[in-house]
Parts: sequence; C-alpha cells; structure tokens
Amino acid sequence: MTDPEISEPAYACDIPAERPWSSVLKPGQTLRIIDSEGNQAVDALLYAVGDLSERYSSQDTLRVQGSAYVGLGTKLMSNKGRVMARITADTCGQHDTSAGCCSCESNAVRFGEATKYQHACRENFILELSKYGLTKRDIVSNLNFFMNVPIDPAGNFTVVDGISAPGNHVDVTADMDVLFVISNCPQVNNPCNGFNPTPIRVEIRDPPA
Amino acid sequence: MVQTRENIETHRRRYEELRAAGQELTPKGLPEPTALDGAPIAPDAVIHREQVPPGWYATVRLHRGEALRIIDETGRSSISLIGWRQEDTSERINCADTVKVQWSAALSKGRVILTDMGRVLLSLIEDTSGAHDLLVGGSTPASVFAAFGSAGRNTQDNFLAAAGKVGLDVRDIPPCVTFFAPVLLDAKGDFLWNPDRKRPGDFVDLRAEMNLILIASNCPHPLDPVRPAASGSIALITHKVGSPPQEDLCRNASPEATRAFTFTERLFA
Repeated sequence: MTDPEISEPAYACDIPAERPWSSVLKPGQTLRIIDSEGNQAVDALLYAVGDLSERYSSQDTLRVQGSAYVGLGTKLMSNKGRVMARITADTCGQHDTSAGCCSCESNAVRFGEATKYQHACRENFILELSKYGLTKRDIVSNLNFFMNVPIDPAGNFTVVDGISAPGNHVDVTADMDVLFVISNCPQVNNPCNGFNPTPIRVEIRDPPA
Repeated sequence: MVQTRENIETHRRRYEELRAAGQELTPKGLPEPTALDGAPIAPDAVIHREQVPPGWYATVRLHRGEALRIIDETGRSSISLIGWRQEDTSERINCADTVKVQWSAALSKGRVILTDMGRVLLSLIEDTSGAHDLLVGGSTPASVFAAFGSAGRNTQDNFLAAAGKVGLDVRDIPPCVTFFAPVLLDAKGDFLWNPDRKRPGDFVDLRAEMNLILIASNCPHPLDPVRPAASGSIALITHKVGSPPQEDLCRNASPEATRAFTFTERLFA
C-alpha cells in the first residue's frame, strides 16, 4: 500500500505470523504498525533505552487519559510518569491495554490444559527481551494494538472480533529513546486474531526535516 | 501455522461456550456480599493485627491457608495491593490475567486474583464491598502533584520503598489491585468514581493460596476526590482460615477457577 502523503520509511520489515520483533526508536521517529491482512492483535512493550527499569505502564497510561481504551492521541506513559511515545495516527480505532499478553500458563487456565503447549506472546517476549538482558520480571501489562476488548459498565470484559481491516495502521511517535518490542500474537483460542494468526508489517520513519 | 477452517470453527465454538458460561452462568452463582457485621474472626485464629495510617504501607507475609482482612475503618480509604510468591518472586499478581480469565473487571466475593503463572494468588472469601479497581492503579508522585498541587505520599513510592525492604526493586512492581475503589466505566470507556459505594467498616478477606509477600498501600485512589488529609487509617488482620476444601466457593465459581486451583495445588502436592 503506497501513500503519497508520507515519506519513504527508513526501515521496513514484514513480521511473520507468531513472531517477535524489536527495535530502538529515536525521539521523533515514528513506528507504523500495519495490520497487513486484518484482525491481527499486536502485543507491544516499551522500555527507556538509558534506563530499562523505566518501562511502559498500562495503569499510568489509562489514569492519565481518564479512559479505558487506547487510540489517537493516547500518551504512552512510563512507570516513572513520563511520556514515552504517543499515538499519532490510527486508522483502526480500537486498541487495548488491559488484557495483557497470552501465555502458555494463562491459556491452560482459560482454555484447558491441552492448550499449554501452544506458542504464546509471553514466549516471544521472554526470548526477544533476553537480547537486552531483560527477563520475565520485566514483562508488564502490555499494549494490544488492533485488539478489541470492550469493557461494559457491569465489568464484563470480553475479547471480541477485531474491527481492523487489511492495511489498517497505527503510528507511534517516540518522545524519548525507546526500545519497542512486539509479539505478533500467536493466539488461536480467541477472536483477537480471527483464530488464525497472520503477518504484520512495521515501518520506521524519521521526523520531517 | 495456518489454521484450517475446521480448526477455526472449533475454536470459535469453544470460545463462545466459555464466554457464555463466564458471563452468564458464573455471575448467577456468585454469593451476595458479606454483611458489614458478618464473618467474625475467632479470637484464637488471629495471627496479627495492625493499623496503617493514611499515606503509609505495610508488608504482610502470608502462608497458604492464612488470610488477610483489610478493613476500611472510616470509609475514606482505598488500599492498593501487589504481591509475589515467596519462593520465586518472579511469580506475582497479574491484574490482566485476573480480568481476562474471569471474563470480568469486577472483583467480588467468590472471585480470585491470579498470578502470571496461571495459579491463584488470593481468593476473595469475604467481601462487603464488591467495588474494587483492577484497571486504573494506585497514586503516583505525578498524580498526587496534579491533584493537590504539591508533592505527597503515594502508592508508587510506597511500593518502591516496601519492595526495597524485601530485596526487590522497581522491576518487580506490576500493575496493582485497589480495594474499596469504586471505579465505573461509562459507555464510551471514560472512568467515573462512585462515592456511594464506600462505607465505613467495609472489609475484604483475602485467602492466600500460596506462600506470599504482599504490600498494602493506604493512599487515596487517584480518581477519589478525597484530600489525603481526610483519608483514614485501615486495619490489617492476618488470621488462619485453612486450605480450601473441595466444595470451596472460589474454587468452584467457574471452570477457569477450578483449573487455576488445580495448578496451584501442584506446588504443594
């Protein structure tokens, strides 16, 4: 998909279904995450490059914006109260940060013990974070781009069919040097990926000169 | 691995069955809240009793089969809580799995709080309130400054200080649950505070399903308009309750809870 309004990316990569990815973003750089085939959840974590103990905080993010969903304009807050990045474009309109990532262990509780031996986002996160000296300790409640998790006034909390169409994208612009880590979600037991995980694409653009 | 149409249909059917059970059947089986004068603790079951003044925190070690009663004595406090498994502190409270697995962001009597390893951290065996927050989290230096125009005691700093005294640090601090914090969502997803759900004497009993280190922070919830100076002390009572029997309310609240108890008990088999 080409868009004459925007510059060529400085970096681009297709992330296969079920795989992790990570990169450092400089302040002002924009990461575009493209849901190439539609209805694909993208789990994401952010860490401050100079001090990896500063990391994305879902609760700080929701408290600061006063509402439960992530969308255009959301400031992605750290556990030290700083803005790490902002959502600067969004053609989907529905993203979550309360449902966490899937794990072998939570799958076994949710869907029965047979699902324990299925690949999961936490496996991706542990392996990808290990490249930076980080461990399971460092995995906190993450962002879930393109994942549709309405919470109703009674508290019902449901992962439902995504509304993300093929080619929908979200742009995340960094406010600081940030390590951005993705798990292209392998979940096949709930509708977050239409029960069929697919590839996504990431592009990084430099700030306009 | 590309999923076949048959796989997709099978998984979708199972998901819809689990959802219907979790959101339609399970809530009907949950009990009424505990009465304010209900569930007295036998004097010989009490292990320790402590008052925590406003703004402060307490670290509580519980063994499996012990419980922590948290009492909001004035009806003006909220208590933010995190916890780890004593033998392996990389296992800890996981608010996201707690809401996702139970199909609900609403905690009440009969519900459980899960770890990140598919096991039960705590069971809500008594609860007069049913108005607790798993989404917004506790106060921070920034939230206190924004609300009151000056620096003040807050839950984030309390967690850091308390974690430091048990050999843990900022990397070990996950999202927290806050008791007696009636956060509502409107239809758009905006958070609201419902002061009518707070009463003096509200309490919860949290039964430890594994050996735990808990930190309880007594700071106003960031959405609570109460001034810090107007908040009150809380009481923490640790007491013996025993391990959950097979017919236990929390164990049998849902198939998911039953599995989480089974996985937890393998630690002690």
